[in-house]
Amino acid sequence: MPLELLKYGLRREHRSFRDIPPTPDLRRSYDVVIIGGGGHGLAAAYYLSNYHGIHNVAVLDKGYLAGGNTARNTTTVRSNYLTPPSIAFYKEGVQLFEEMSQELGFNIMFSQRGQLTLAHSDGAMRSFRLRTEMGKHMGTRIEVVDAKTVREICPHVNLDEGGAHEVLGGLWHEDGGTARHDAVAWGYAKRAAEKGVEIHQRTEVTGMTVRGARVTEVHTNRGTIIAGQVLQAAGGLNGRIGEMAGIPLPIRCFPLQAMVTQPLKPFLDILLSSSNLHTYLVQSSRGEVVIGGGTDPYQLASTRSSLPQKEALATGALQLIPCLHNVKIMRQWAGITDITPDFSPIMGATPLDNYWLDAGWGTWGFKATAVAGKRMAETIAKGCVPEILRPFTLERFERFELLNEMGATAAGH
Amino acid sequence: MTERLGSGWGSRIDRSHRISFTFEGRRIEAHPGDTIASALAAKGEWILSRSFKYHRPRGILTMAGQDANTLVQIGDEPNVRADIRAVSDGMAVMPVNLHGTLLRDRGRVIDHLGRFLPVGFYYRTFFSPGKGAWLKFWEPIIRNAAGLGTVSLAPAPQRYVKETRHCDVMVVGAGPAGLSAALAAARAGAQVMLIEREPELGGALTYARFAEDHAEAEGILADLRAQIDAEPGIEVLCDAVCNGRFDDNWMPVVRGDRFIRVRAAELVLATGAHEQPVVFRNNDLPGVMVSSAVQRLMRHYGVRPGERAVVYAGHRDGYLAAFDLQDAGVEVAAIIDPETEDRDGFDLDLARRGLTVLRGASIMEARGTRRGLHLKAVDIRLSSGRLRTEACDLLVVAGGYTPGYQLALQAGARLSSDASGTTFAITGLPAHVHIAGAADGLSNLIRVLRSGEIAGQRAAAGLGLTGLPAETIAPEKGWRRAPQVSYHPKGCDFVDFDEDLQAKDIKNAVADGYSELELVKRYSTVGMGPSQGRHSALATARIVAGQTGRTLADVGITTSRPPFGPEKLGLLADTTPQRYRYTALQGEHLAAGAQMQPVGTWWRPFLYRRDESFRDGVTREIRMVREAAGILDVSTLGKLELRGPSAAAFLDRFYTMAHAKQPVGRVRYCLSLTELGSVMDDGVAFRMADDHFYVTSTTGAVDRVFAEMMLQKTIWGMDLDIQNVTSAFAAINLTGPNAREVLERLSSDIDFSREGFAFLHGHVGTLAGLPVRIMRIGFTGELSYELHLPQSRAVALWRALLEAGEELGLRPYGLEASRILRLEKGHIIIGQDTDALTTPDELGMGWALSKKKPFYIGKPALEMRHDLGDKRRFCGFTLPDDLARDVGESALVLRDGHPVGQVTSFGHSPSLGRWIGLAYAAPEDAVPGATLRIRSFTGREVEALVVPLPFYDPNNTRQEL
Repeated sequence: MPLELLKYGLRREHRSFRDIPPTPDLRRSYDVVIIGGGGHGLAAAYYLSNYHGIHNVAVLDKGYLAGGNTARNTTTVRSNYLTPPSIAFYKEGVQLFEEMSQELGFNIMFSQRGQLTLAHSDGAMRSFRLRTEMGKHMGTRIEVVDAKTVREICPHVNLDEGGAHEVLGGLWHEDGGTARHDAVAWGYAKRAAEKGVEIHQRTEVTGMTVRGARVTEVHTNRGTIIAGQVLQAAGGLNGRIGEMAGIPLPIRCFPLQAMVTQPLKPFLDILLSSSNLHTYLVQSSRGEVVIGGGTDPYQLASTRSSLPQKEALATGALQLIPCLHNVKIMRQWAGITDITPDFSPIMGATPLDNYWLDAGWGTWGFKATAVAGKRMAETIAKGCVPEILRPFTLERFERFELLNEMGATAAGH
Repeated sequence: MTERLGSGWGSRIDRSHRISFTFEGRRIEAHPGDTIASALAAKGEWILSRSFKYHRPRGILTMAGQDANTLVQIGDEPNVRADIRAVSDGMAVMPVNLHGTLLRDRGRVIDHLGRFLPVGFYYRTFFSPGKGAWLKFWEPIIRNAAGLGTVSLAPAPQRYVKETRHCDVMVVGAGPAGLSAALAAARAGAQVMLIEREPELGGALTYARFAEDHAEAEGILADLRAQIDAEPGIEVLCDAVCNGRFDDNWMPVVRGDRFIRVRAAELVLATGAHEQPVVFRNNDLPGVMVSSAVQRLMRHYGVRPGERAVVYAGHRDGYLAAFDLQDAGVEVAAIIDPETEDRDGFDLDLARRGLTVLRGASIMEARGTRRGLHLKAVDIRLSSGRLRTEACDLLVVAGGYTPGYQLALQAGARLSSDASGTTFAITGLPAHVHIAGAADGLSNLIRVLRSGEIAGQRAAAGLGLTGLPAETIAPEKGWRRAPQVSYHPKGCDFVDFDEDLQAKDIKNAVADGYSELELVKRYSTVGMGPSQGRHSALATARIVAGQTGRTLADVGITTSRPPFGPEKLGLLADTTPQRYRYTALQGEHLAAGAQMQPVGTWWRPFLYRRDESFRDGVTREIRMVREAAGILDVSTLGKLELRGPSAAAFLDRFYTMAHAKQPVGRVRYCLSLTELGSVMDDGVAFRMADDHFYVTSTTGAVDRVFAEMMLQKTIWGMDLDIQNVTSAFAAINLTGPNAREVLERLSSDIDFSREGFAFLHGHVGTLAGLPVRIMRIGFTGELSYELHLPQSRAVALWRALLEAGEELGLRPYGLEASRILRLEKGHIIIGQDTDALTTPDELGMGWALSKKKPFYIGKPALEMRHDLGDKRRFCGFTLPDDLARDVGESALVLRDGHPVGQVTSFGHSPSLGRWIGLAYAAPEDAVPGATLRIRSFTGREVEALVVPLPFYDPNNTRQEL
């Protein structure tokens, strides 16, 4: 038994770990106001306070801490993207996850089991080869494997030989893994709060005052605050928050749904997905099988669940692993994703001098929690966008310098 | 069967028959109608499982499927609720999550380590030494400890059935409220579906006691059942669970292996209430049960729940359960009532029955036998403050209820409660959803019945069958009391039985900073187990409210997510295993020995292989097309009919070329762009009349193109009709130098002469007596005709072409030959040679962009992109045999060591005798004569010569023969 637990057990009383301090009263002004208390906002607060000496920071969230897409995503961490800027960025993201538990002294349970994406068509194989070539060029662990190797990696997969969904091969990404999503946010919150960052739950931004090229005040349901710098990291609400700052964003909202089965003894060791079937499966350390897929086909800003999506996910899951037909779904849920035209995020500067964006995270935001937080903190602290973030600028849409990752989102939208 | 009560008890079992099953290998006798748990209890077996974390012995708690401690494995099926699953003869039932046997589980050692495992302990440790420690060492331990049932990797196949139904009114729950609602709605003329998860109608009327005198409720039940039987407008589905409420009253109903999706105009939720356990030390011992569980055991299954009982009456129903126990011959040692006075008016009955009530008392703790295998006594704190230990093998707890709010909340309603958490209200239901009975916070039987009737009438009024009833039922107040929540310093006071969470775990979660209920849930995992908080939500909310000094209303409850109960993946999945689409010529292809391949949802002939290698076969087919003639089934092409005065103007806006001035009888290439100016799809448009175009799209894109056309037509408000006729028409591509002669050998009213039917013209007429639309276009670069006709006539034309062309060397050819043929001509395949950012400029397809039109989709973006200049350019290249090895589609094109593009198409050209390919490259490299650096899949860099496109017949003379 680890020493920490031994020490704990020998104490008489529970000594609080004080991970998340109670929401304090709002002060009049902060050096940095972060709109959105999800993983990204908290990570940025952590790096600002722990690495850049900026402690007078307020993180605002309209609900409970990290209750948006940080709480709802299916926790995949990977870097098997298509364009070099994305691969470079997500590769750094994966490295940060590898070190995160030690970094935070909080077990975020990064479980690097490898991700296997199946191809059922020539087109998918072609796209996997391109992602592999790009990934190898950029130094990530990725390869195209044939159907026989697919079976070796995951013996339960239905290869559907001769069928309409015959597995032609797969994309094996050894760097891929999962982490405990909530823990990532809590770990960052805990270590940021220790350095003086204030976390304000149930604090909803209702508007902003813009004077000249600066946001001067941020209005909330709990009062108005003066902000030195503002970071927008508002997940599914990024479009609306952007409007408050007078910055229209090329974002559309689509619901993304997922579901989870009852707990089972371990049988699935890897992350398994199929872009053709819009389905992926992973078994959590609790034994539950998390099943996710593509976004709903139409725009909607709602976290309602739907039956057709659940049926489609079940169909895909059983196509991939037919022996699961007896397994029972326990819960389904949804989040609101903020999708950009090129399926890549928007990070960096805005037309306002003191307003920074960390938006457009669609269905791919969790894996970037650490790297986006780290690099956005650096951006704010230095007042200058680092090289690795520059391709993700908002201006790319005007310059048509898009980073097309449509084919590389997990379920292939 | 020593534990069975007399014949007056056990309404669901058939005592005249015996069946048997095995549990942990032991043979158990049962009666038909028994559940696994009731049959075991009847044999004196009270332990069903070992708990999730501490491996404590657990047994029946609710008899209503509301906790995970009843989960067992039945053969291939994991996680079956033993308290509600009926026994079938020969069934093999196994407990789960054990190291050893139920009675001797080595996992029990964890129970003694509980103090070392604080809530969320796994966040504090298990990540050292080194960054791989969690994955390699700790996580496997946790993973193996977690999980309940086991997935069988080769389960017996199972047939699931899906049905889709409509009804006027769905009533969920056939307790007294649901029965009266169904009757009221049906009598008003509605078609009613009545959904009941138990095997019989009646709900609480089948097991609960509503007054000291039980006869009245029995009479009401018999009467309601008779009325339902006599009412033809009611369809009753028992053993059926309404598992969710989705938008617009779309409900999934699970009934065994049948999944029934119902659209109901009106929905009545009579979902009853869920009895809640009471929190005290060792409240999880086998022998501690909620009052309704005890009543179900006795009334439904005739099981004697114990010999000597103590009853905790934190709710009026505790007294009623005590009367039942006494009537069944169980000794009731004491009734514990936390109140100091008789609030329920039972004093006379109690005196008459000689029952002892300890008023103002509370449970200190339950005590178990050795190893905690069963309850043996309860420590009671009397009002005097003294302790009294009462020996008993049954502790019945009545701690109050939460309404069955799940479906209502899924519909968007809110749950509110008074400060004590004893009275609940559901508000904010959407239109066409109604609520009645215990779900609406009622318990008095007469009021419950009346509320059902009103809800049924409201549903009927929603259908326009009757007027809206004026009467409403006022909420009940003041008769409930707050049940005890006693935290014991030594713990084992369980709040969540699924997840093995004690009161201190919830308190400590709050202390650690997780003060919002959703965070408490996520941090402690309370409510995240198989019962999804149905027995833990209220106690958790109470503790959080207590710890944070907030009201229950402010604390709220966690979001209610579907499904209500477990739902097998097999039920949800599409029952048609594969959605194949075959063209009308499928039989012809198979008869000709074609190798078929899926392309999207279609199956298409890949190669008509003979006794030859794959590559030889493809080469043979290509030579045949180049030298004689071939036919290809292109029925999978998207086909759209656009008719109306605005048809030409619409196409002008939708596609990049000019269609307004396209003469009737001419065929024109169509290229559509996205708003970003990227290539979306291509095809051709045949103007059949001034106001009628026949348009094709690529196979995979037709649904998207059609949807986009319908959207734009609506946005632009244009006067035309668009139909997707993809499946109605078959299409055959006839191509090769002998193509014209083949056509001329068939009877036709069309002039196929070079002058009479020029390139890019179209004709409508008959061919071999069949109605056809023919366009002189093609993909191969040879003289080509695309023949479209109703799919029912396709086989006749196919055979006629083969017969007429036999002497001319005509045979069918497959998709792989077609791909090489088009590659030789440098034609792009959308989606393979293009991506979401490809512009016509990059492809060198500027010729397809009308310069004159003021607007088409993508034009503004394209002009901006044009001014910004190309970042890459599409080009053709060739490679000699020795360098072509390990080069293929998706190989990177490098410049100064950086990727600037990739190979998109690649293959060996039999016509040219070389390897040829298409690729994106830096603009300066993409000019004929330049060299491309391509990285092969083995990492070797090769130099490829850029050549002009098309590779074959550069002046396009052959197609215009």
